[in-house]
Amino acid sequence: MKKDILKHELVPDHVILSKSDVQKVIKELNIHLEQLPKIKPDDPVVKEIEAKPGDVLKIMRKSPTAGKFVTYRLVLE
Amino acid sequence: MKGILKKISQINFGLMSPEDIRKMSVTKIVTPDTYDEDGYPIEAGLMDPRLGVIDPGLKCRTCGSKGGDCQGHFGSINLARPVIHVGFADTIHKTLRSTCRSCGRVLLDNNEIKNYHEKIEKMFKNEESVNNLIKEIYTVARKDKCPHCEEEQEDIKIDKPVSIVEGNYKLTPSEVRERLEKIPDEDSLILGVNPKVARPEWTILTVLPVPPVTVRPSITLETGERSEDDLTHKLVDILRINQRLKENMEAGAPQLIVEDLWELLQYHVTTYFDNEASGVPPARHRSGRPLKTLAQRLKGKEGRFRSNLSGKRVNFSARTVISPDPNLSINEVGVPEIIAKEVTVPVYVTEWNMEEIKKYIQNGPKVHPGANYVIRPDERKIRIYEETKDTVIEKLEPGFIVERHLKDGDIVLFNRQPSLHRMSMMAHEVKVLPYKTFRLNLCVCPPYNADFDGDEMNMHVFQTEESRAEAKSLMRVQEHILSPRFGGPIIGGIHDHISGAYLLTREGSIFREEEIFQMLKHAKVPLPKKTGKNWTGKQLFSLLLPDDLNVVYRAEICRKCDECLKKECKNDSYVVIEDGVLKSGVIDDKAYGAFSGKILDHIVKEYGTDRAREFLDSATKLAIAGIMKKGFTTSTNDEEIPQEARERIEELLDKAESRVERLIEAYKNDELEPLPGRSMEETLEMKIMQVLGEARDKSGEIAEIYFGMENHAVIMAVTGARGSMLNLTQIAACVGQQSVRGGRIKRGYSERTLPHFQKGELGARARGFVHSSYKQGLDPLEFFFHAMGGREGLVDTAIRTAQSGYMQRRLVNALQDLSVNPDRTVRDNRGIIIQTMYGEDGVDPAKSDYGKVVDLDRIIEEIRIKSSK
Ligand SMILES: [Mg+2]
Ligand SMILES: [Zn+2]
Ligand SMILES: [Zn+2]
Ligand SMILES: [Zn+2]
Repeated sequence: MKKDILKHELVPDHVILSKSDVQKVIKELNIHLEQLPKIKPDDPVVKEIEAKPGDVLKIMRKSPTAGKFVTYRLVLE
Repeated sequence: MKGILKKISQINFGLMSPEDIRKMSVTKIVTPDTYDEDGYPIEAGLMDPRLGVIDPGLKCRTCGSKGGDCQGHFGSINLARPVIHVGFADTIHKTLRSTCRSCGRVLLDNNEIKNYHEKIEKMFKNEESVNNLIKEIYTVARKDKCPHCEEEQEDIKIDKPVSIVEGNYKLTPSEVRERLEKIPDEDSLILGVNPKVARPEWTILTVLPVPPVTVRPSITLETGERSEDDLTHKLVDILRINQRLKENMEAGAPQLIVEDLWELLQYHVTTYFDNEASGVPPARHRSGRPLKTLAQRLKGKEGRFRSNLSGKRVNFSARTVISPDPNLSINEVGVPEIIAKEVTVPVYVTEWNMEEIKKYIQNGPKVHPGANYVIRPDERKIRIYEETKDTVIEKLEPGFIVERHLKDGDIVLFNRQPSLHRMSMMAHEVKVLPYKTFRLNLCVCPPYNADFDGDEMNMHVFQTEESRAEAKSLMRVQEHILSPRFGGPIIGGIHDHISGAYLLTREGSIFREEEIFQMLKHAKVPLPKKTGKNWTGKQLFSLLLPDDLNVVYRAEICRKCDECLKKECKNDSYVVIEDGVLKSGVIDDKAYGAFSGKILDHIVKEYGTDRAREFLDSATKLAIAGIMKKGFTTSTNDEEIPQEARERIEELLDKAESRVERLIEAYKNDELEPLPGRSMEETLEMKIMQVLGEARDKSGEIAEIYFGMENHAVIMAVTGARGSMLNLTQIAACVGQQSVRGGRIKRGYSERTLPHFQKGELGARARGFVHSSYKQGLDPLEFFFHAMGGREGLVDTAIRTAQSGYMQRRLVNALQDLSVNPDRTVRDNRGIIIQTMYGEDGVDPAKSDYGKVVDLDRIIEEIRIKSSK
């Protein structure tokens, strides 16, 4: 009885960024890759969307202050 | 000032090996004696001069620097037999339990070992905490048979504090050490001991480091007697027993005696580290006082960390009782002259301020705008005395620094504990005043949460130009009128400011022009042209408002009528301000009160903090002038109701009581309809509570009929100045149900609250309903129930403050290094991103409209007024 966790309303949208998009984000925030927030490789969503260590996820979630909010996370090893 | 000698690039936390301790040691300490007959320290004793010097006149024999510059040098004691370090007793126990008693390997099979190794490596690489993994390993690595050498394992227990028992045999520290030595490096890593910085056997001491004398200085009493530090006392004990143990061992004394001495050595070393270890009687001084040993120096609120490193005592600060002064501006603080003469401001002498500073020095340390010290360019600090001040003035040159008294206009930091939010520390302008208390404007009581029942506050004087500039632009009181907690004013009128403004501005409040001008003078507002006519209070108040101010809101006194008549409201509670003129409505808590002032909020946001401070200062002063003109007082006469009302309330309560009886009757006859999801008992309780709650409210409503707006207690309640209508009805009509743990009172005697009742009685009186009013007085039973409810309230607040204090401490420690960068990202001290946009919307709540970026409704309403003209 496995449910699709990605469809749960409390799970925000996770998208794996392409290499060029990662560069864009890094440049925009003016940081090194390592300074991004992290996410564990055994995180259920990471496993579900088959993200690999070193990938950067774009996370779009609902926000009580801003309405919609976008953040990024680096998948750990 | 000394420069930085070396820069720290890395800190390792590990254990010291016996070799490390010996290498660090400048001398072996052998004799328990400290000084010889002439009072000179004995070589190889605990006061050996090679351990460093304190006396500034002497030179250190080890490092060659003078006393004060020499930080001291460690010595060491060779222990005759090894002993266990108390701090590691638990670690030793867990390690032994998870390793083989014969071959020393971890009690895991090769596969598991490989697995855990990989996991740990990975976590190291990700800079993750391995604590939880190590904990897991300690629970998994417990087997009856060694997977490596097939040896049967025995149960190992710890007998607090330091005895390790295997089966029934107590292991000696030497045996424990041997076992720990056998653990291979690879396995020790899995057990949480990184072989790069520590080895398990180093938790057993063979050499004891002796801290330098600078760590345990002796003090000379007035009698000339020397008194040694507690640590020195403890080290003497250790040396004595160590020597006796060594002698006995060498003389081949019986095993039993050697073991006893060994135990004793263990005891002394244990208490040397921690004199509050569980299961050990604390070592005591001759006077019976427990000794303060190493752990006691560090632990707890009075320990090194919380008392000397996280927080310190500081110079240029003052503390005294606070009292109110309505004549000060909110930005000011009244400082007693004696404090102003004690805490000083350093001023650089230049050609331009030479004359002024000479005047201060001429006044000397005892006359108020004076000076206490002069600091020459060579950093020599010279105290100014009555006798020396003339010579000091002669020698004064540009480049000197003079520490002059605090004077009017200086910026200081003012603080009240507990400092729970940033408004607990604000910058004020000094006003030097007579007497001995700090004085502050009443509007700043809410942010400090201060009152004048004996509260004390602290003041700090800035010592640099930079700090003064920063404080003036960021920390001044007027910059904190709006709180980041809810985006509204936290500084504002309270109590009589509110009642006064209401009396001034309510309908029918008319003054002669002389009266108006008197009040304006009192409020220090420039006088307008004479009109020769009478003024209304609304006209008077309008003088304080900015000329183009437009605001509309419902006042605190609004009764929330079903259909709002707006400007025609009979309570005059619809406030309309058009172009800075108060057209309708009264001024009350909602206008400029702390936490809810709409006009104040508007002025800060639209006209800036300077204008807001000006408004608040003059509005509060005007309100005080008004309340003094009208006269304002209250007593229990305000809560008087006629006999006829009393009788109606009595009747009402009787009716309620019989309804309760009927409910109980129905419950007993099983006729009660249970509420969904509730038992019969719960249903009954809920229904009774509801009936009695209604009864109290109704009785209050009866009393309220007689409470008109001429009643001062009522004015205070409805304008939001102080108290509530509930308070008044409890005084006048009925106090109502007392509760403990959220329900009616049921604890006490078996099946009843007091022996005056039947067992199982459920009636209103038997369960803590107070019929009387406070003014009538409570009967003894009511009084007792009231005390029960009151006590619960007190206990709850005491517990809540303790709990929330600890929560705050943890939160602050977790968040202290986060900061908002110019690009609005939130980062920690390593530059790692926590939020890509502060608060996700990038809004500073202190500058927001009650938390939102904009309040569209408000703006639309204002535009409507403007365009309707
Ligand atoms: Mg107080
Ligand atoms: Zn030295
Ligand atoms: Zn083994
Ligand atoms: Zn109304």
